[in-house]
This record gives sequence, C-alpha cells and structure tokens, in this order.
Amino acid sequence: MTDTYRFIGKATLRKDATDIVTGNTRFLNDIKVADMLYGKVLRSPHPHAFITSIDKSRALKLTGVKAVLTWEDVPDWKGGTPRYTRVLDHKVRFVGDTVALVAATSEEIAREALGLIDVKYEVLPAVFEMEEALRPDAPQLYDEFPGNIVTPGVPFFGPKNLKEVVMGDVKKGFEEAEVITEGVFGYENIPNPMPPEPPGVIALWEEPNSATLWVSNQASYMDKITLFHVFDRKVQVRTIGGPCGGSYGSKFMSWQVQAHAVLLSRATGKPVKLVFTKEEHLAAFTLRPGSRMQARVGMKKDGTVTAISGKWLIDTGYYSMTTQSQVAVGCGEVQIAVRCPNWDLKPVIVCTNRNASGIVRGFGGQELKCALIPLLSLAMEKAGLDPLEFFKKNYVKPGDGYFWRDGIWYTYRGVDYTKTMDEGAKAFGWKGKWKGWLTPTSVNGAKRTGIGVGVHGNADIGEDASEAYVRIHPDGTAILFSCITEHGTGQRTNFVKMAAEVLQLPMERISVAPSDSLINPYEFGPAGSRGTYAIGSAVIAAAQDAKQKLFEIISPILGAEPSNLDTIDGTVFVRNNPGKRIPWKAIGIDRTITGYGRFEPDYTLSNCMMTFVEVEVDTETGKVNLLRVVNATDVGQIIDPPGLEGQLNGCLGSGGIDSALFEETVIDHKTGHILNANMIDYKWRTFSELPVIDNVVLETPFPSHQFHAVGVGEIATTPGPSAILMAVSNALGTWLHEYPVTPEKVLGALGKTAQKTKKPGAI
Amino acid sequence: MPAKDRKQVKIKSLEKHHISLIVNGQIYELDTGEGHGQVEPSHTLAHTLRETLGLTGTKVSCDSGSCGSCTVLIDEKAVLSCMTLTIECDKKNITTIEGLKDPATGRLDPLQQTFIDHTAFQCGFCTPGIIMSAKALLTENPSPAEEDVKEALSGNFCRCISHYQVINAIMALSKQAGQEK
Repeated sequence: MTDTYRFIGKATLRKDATDIVTGNTRFLNDIKVADMLYGKVLRSPHPHAFITSIDKSRALKLTGVKAVLTWEDVPDWKGGTPRYTRVLDHKVRFVGDTVALVAATSEEIAREALGLIDVKYEVLPAVFEMEEALRPDAPQLYDEFPGNIVTPGVPFFGPKNLKEVVMGDVKKGFEEAEVITEGVFGYENIPNPMPPEPPGVIALWEEPNSATLWVSNQASYMDKITLFHVFDRKVQVRTIGGPCGGSYGSKFMSWQVQAHAVLLSRATGKPVKLVFTKEEHLAAFTLRPGSRMQARVGMKKDGTVTAISGKWLIDTGYYSMTTQSQVAVGCGEVQIAVRCPNWDLKPVIVCTNRNASGIVRGFGGQELKCALIPLLSLAMEKAGLDPLEFFKKNYVKPGDGYFWRDGIWYTYRGVDYTKTMDEGAKAFGWKGKWKGWLTPTSVNGAKRTGIGVGVHGNADIGEDASEAYVRIHPDGTAILFSCITEHGTGQRTNFVKMAAEVLQLPMERISVAPSDSLINPYEFGPAGSRGTYAIGSAVIAAAQDAKQKLFEIISPILGAEPSNLDTIDGTVFVRNNPGKRIPWKAIGIDRTITGYGRFEPDYTLSNCMMTFVEVEVDTETGKVNLLRVVNATDVGQIIDPPGLEGQLNGCLGSGGIDSALFEETVIDHKTGHILNANMIDYKWRTFSELPVIDNVVLETPFPSHQFHAVGVGEIATTPGPSAILMAVSNALGTWLHEYPVTPEKVLGALGKTAQKTKKPGAI
Repeated sequence: MPAKDRKQVKIKSLEKHHISLIVNGQIYELDTGEGHGQVEPSHTLAHTLRETLGLTGTKVSCDSGSCGSCTVLIDEKAVLSCMTLTIECDKKNITTIEGLKDPATGRLDPLQQTFIDHTAFQCGFCTPGIIMSAKALLTENPSPAEEDVKEALSGNFCRCISHYQVINAIMALSKQAGQEK
C-alpha cells in the first residue's frame, strides 16, 4: 500500500461507544414524547377471510381508549408493488393481518381494548404452497393478481427493471455441454433476520397534511419517500431517525407499522407510539422470501458453464413491496458469480396466505444462490471439478459484464478476486481437506467432517444516490450532514473518519447531525454494501468541496493560490511554505462554509465474499457442528478494522450460515399459524456454540473513491448456507439438499429414520 | 419460588401498599396498586425500571425470558428483569447498566471500558444485558476462563454476532484480574 492515512484503516473510537455501554443510547422505545398515546394492533386469527362486521363499541367505552380504527375509518392508503395492499382492508390475507388499530393512554389499556373488539369473519380457503397457489382453482389473494402471480408494477429500478436472465441460446448451450444436471432446489425455510429491537415508531400527525415520525430504521430518509407514496402523495412526511437495534435489511422498510401509527395519531391528534411485541415481530413483520427453482445446468468438464435454464418461484407471502427488486438484484448477482453465455432463467413471484416477505441481508441473491449452487454442485461432481476451482474460474473478472437490476449491461472494472479466493483457501487449508465430492475429510467413529465453499458478490456497492453536506466552522470543528442512522455497522463514525481524513481534522472535532430528513439532503441509506463507496463518496465530495471553498477564502489572506494550500487540525498552510499558516477562524467568526457532495450510481464494481466451512456431523445423533469458517474478501482499503470484523463475523446470524444449520420459520399449513414466533422455539446461536472464524481481508486498491475502498458488510451472510449443504453432503457421502440440516434430516439422509425428505433434490 | 410463597409475598406487598427498591444505590419508595404511576402486581421489574423510573438503559427484546437483553443484577446476581415481578423485589438491591459507572467520579466500570476498547458491540441493543451478565460473572469469578465467559453469556442473544469481540473484551479484563492477584 502506498497510501498512508491518519485515520482511515485505524481502529478508532465509535462515536456512540460510551452511550452504548452506559445504556444512554436512546433506541425508539426509550423515547417518550409529551401526551403520547400507545398503539396496538388487532390481528387476524385466520389466514384468509373477509371481515363481515366489526363492533368496536365495547372497546371505545373502555376508559383510556382514544381511538379504534377499522378499514371503514381510514383513507384508501396502499402499499406494495404495485400498490394494491391497503393499510387496513376488509379482507385479511394471513394470520396476523391487521384488523383494527387501537390508541390508548397506556399499552395495557390498548391491549385490553383489543379483546373488546368484536369481529365477524367469512373465512375463505387459504393457500400456503407456491405450486398450489399457481393452480387455476387456487384461492385468489387479490383481484389484481390473477393466478396469484405478482405483476411487476411500477419498477423501482426504471422501465427496464431486470425481471429475468435471458440471453444467448440455451438450446445451443446444452448441446455444447458435456455434463447436464437438473432438479428442483429450494431455500424455503424462511430464516428470520430477527434483530433484537422489535419494529416500532412514534408518529405525530399535524393538520392538515403532515406527519413527523421518530423511526428506528436502517434508512430513515427512505421512510419519508416510501410513506409519501403510501399516503397517496398527499402527505408531507418528516422522519427523525435514531439508533437502530439491528436490522439486517429488515427495517429498511417498516411502512405498515409507520402508517398504522400515523393513522392513530391522525385520529387522536396526539403522538402515538407503536412497538411490536416479539411475537408480532416474528409473525407479522416481513420475512425472507421463499425460493424454489426447477432448473437445468449444462457444463463442460473444464468448468465452463454452457447453459442455465429454469423457472424460479419466489414466495412473497401476502404482498410484495420489494420482492421484484430482490429478484432483479438476485438475477444480476447470479451473473456475477457464474459466467455463462446462455441463460433462460424465468422468475415468477407468487403470493400466498402467509406473512409478507421483505428485505433481508442477501436481498434476492442469497435466495437464488442457495438454490442454484446445489444444482451446480451436482454438475461439478459429474465433471469431477473442485468447487473452489469452479468458482475461481467463473466469478466475474475485469472486462466481463452482467445485466444489472436496471436491465442495463455493465462491464466490470473492479479487481480480479482470484487472489482473494486463493488466500482464503490457503488460510482454510482447502487443498489438504478437499477429498472429492461426497467424500468426508475425516472419519472418526460416528463423527465425520466435511468441507464446503460458497461465493457471492453484489454490484450494489455503488447503487443509488447519496448526498451529504459538510459544514466547517471558524473554531476548527465541522458537522457532517448525512441522513444515516447507526444500525450496527459503525458507519456513522466511519463517515466522520472519511471527512476527518479529507479535512485532516481530529475525529472528535467532527460531529454528525441527527438523521432528520428535515435538515439532511437525500440519502438512500446504508442498504446492501453501498455505505462505504456510495455514501462515502458523497461524504468525501462534501468535505472536499468545503475544503476547496475554505482555501478560496483563505487564498488572498495567505497570498497563495488555493491549489497551493492545505489544511491540518483547523489551520490552513501553504504547501511549499508550511510555516506560513493561519487558523480557520481567519474566515471570520461570523461565517460557516458548507460543502456539498453527491454520489451518482455506479454499477461497474462488485464486491466478493468467499466462505469456506468445515462441519462435523455426528452420524448417530444427526447433529451438525460448525467447526470453522473462513471468509475471504477484498475491500480495497479497510476503513475500520473492528467494524469490518464484526460485519464479517455476522455471517452466522441474521439469516446467514445458521439458516442452513438450524434456523427456520415453521408455518402450519393447516391453519397458517407460525408455530415458532418466539425466541425459544426459533433457534439462534448462543455464546456457548461458536465456531472458529478467520477473516482473510485483502486490500487491493479499487477504482472507487479517494480511499479506494468498497463495502462488503451485507454479503457476509450469503455464501455460507449453500457451503453448509455442500460440507454436510461431503461428510455424509450423500446429497442433502434441504435447508436447514437438522438432525432429523441428517438421520433421514443416512436412512436411519423412517421419515422421508420429500422436497428438493435432483430429478 | 413456589406458587404458595409468591402469593404470600404479593398479598404482603399489597397490604403494605408500597415497596422500596434500592436501584443503583438509590432508594425508591413506590406505591403498589392499580393507579397511575403505581406498581401493579403484574408489573415486571423491566417495566418498572424503564417506564416508572425512566431507567431505559435496560432493554427489552423478547419480554419472555429468552434473550437476556433485560439482564440486571439483584444482589449481584444476574436476573432477567422481564421475568421478575417488581413486587417481589421489595428491599432488594438492584443494579442496572446506569449504575455501573462510579457515581462519584463518573468513571466507567472497567467492564464498560473494555467493551469500548474492543468494539464489543455492533448495533448495541443487547450490550447492556451482556455487560450485566458479564458483571455478575466477574463479581463471582474475577478470573474466568473463556469457557466460563461463554457459559455465563449463553443466555444473551446477540444477532449482529459480536460474540467474538465480547469474549475478547471480557478475557482482557479477566487477565488483568489474574495479574493483580
């Protein structure tokens, strides 16, 4: 590395560190606003029903109840893509759907009032399975979605929004293939991202048409924009973002929670707090999409993929807000990981009577890869290919290209990740441990070990626009205006670090403005892994702009050209005569200088994460132990070492590797109820069962921004799950294709139980 | 506590119409009953700490005793405050995350400092609960081995996966304690 930095790449103190360890961090539910009421939601016990009548008179008589709202009381506000899902409807479409809203002076009273609302339903037949939902005689969720197929609607990503991967000539591709495999594969266990902080909001309606919301979200500025559309573009929305107690994508959108609180505030004239219980969080807040594909792969014996065709079914639950976008990004990402000239991959988004799908780390790509890689593995086995070599060969290289989410072809101009993969393999010891397909690495009595590898990358690192201001002050301090909330990545501090490096100002002298949409410019938010490059670029540009303006003002005072000036610690000096210097206050104590920066989307760079796993399978109990994980990536330049380590270690939780081991949402297909909507029955990793994790991080300078860095946080969860299937299959000597690999399934695969695994697998 | 005894405590408390809690060294006299600002028999300690006393450093996530976010100390032992009824805490000595700082100097507890030094958090929501569990461990065993730390924190949910940095943070302190001996 030739660049030496004062702050970048150093482990610096997170701005919020002291507040976090002292309990002073004010998460949403720690805030109280004067005169605040508490909202609660009455939820449907039926997966599909018409509400024939609601009698709220008993609830309204309860002392302390200020409003009870049903579908008859509210404006025709709608969400979803297309916008067909009413905020409150006369039809309920999943167990947990909103039937009525209550605002009361206390949470207890609001909860009691729910029990006093008398609802009559006309129960309808429900459908929970994608194939069944697609049958002509299936129950129909919406008049607008005939056949339960979700239409594209107004695409988020422009008129050519990527809807499929179709190119080349698959017929010819299969003719050229030396190995062909096909089958049905899925990733349907719906792992929940399960952030510790439940979704919640405080909303204040102000007549005639504005709403202020205190939000706990990953991208607070986007709440304003989403709600503007939900509210029929007639309401001015201000969002005030605060610290977010985990999101992992899921809290990028909370429009329903937010809309419900706004409706209650509108009805009562008071601020209303609405916070989900954990059960509501797990049963009635958005889930990961279900994914299943019937596909066919053609490959040459050297690992050249000649054709991929198939139908990809995506279960979006009872509505879709972002599923089309997830499909678009997933379709883009699959081309980044698998170089293939001939594609015919057709996604179909299906709605079913379960809770809706939304954003989760992996954003479509994880759902697609977790289904496709097992199929590719079958072909690799037939061709006798080492998966590491296959991934190295097929991962995007400079000069390759892909159709990205907007339907436009981009040529990749980033680094070659072959070295990253090699370094990861070396740290893991892949060569010594790989014994061939369906061959354990070691056998020790009933215990066998096996290894697997997966890869993922995303060109979202430069997605969407960002804007920032940096305001510098004569006293040698600065404020960064960037509408970002802290949701665990440390990025609020990292952007200060970038501004500090540009301004050569100690980080303590730079603060960040609250993430209030009223004072900050446009910010898409730290979605995907876009923070470091996209948001970072806007911040860097704003700091540079401020610095330039500063030099222009100081130039005549120091008698030097602006280009010959530099700054350090709040002092401007002449480059070739450093003794000639003057503090920032020379601009005048009655002046501030504001720099503005903007990032324009750039889809020509992609990040990469390769994950190696080693498991130990107990063939007597069926238990799979994850022994070791090695993540390999290249970030261009590390911004914050401990923050990066945390993000990479995050590969386990939030619906990552553990989604292949033990995490699943269990839906009873008879009643539509989620059977494990609590943190005892939903399994999660504890401190007492931690694998060894090693993170191999390369720093090959990227053509991104001044610090040559790119983000990787989001993608840590994605390569792992399919790697686990591979590792367990290798350990057992037989294919296991269903997530998660519970002891039951392992013993089933070994023929030790009567239970048959019916679902995915090769035909 | 057997159901029979619990009933007795409840009745006793209600008869008194007030209880006293010692929270972070400060005595709070609280009325019991159903009125505004009173401690109801159904109130959990987490509820009382957060809603009645305004000590929101104690976080509630699952509210059903499975995630450890609401961990506080009662007489130096880690307790899930969402599973503890306030009326059972009469005269108990309770420490919350707000009470770890030295009240006189404002200096952070070494445990808090080591969490900062090791960036032993990401979103930070579960951090107060983890720190309180760790505090109970270190009070009981100032030089825990790594396995002891894992065991002591096995009831604390962390979804960002800061476990590794948390263990490093606590072990750094454990070593210090070992050296001081």
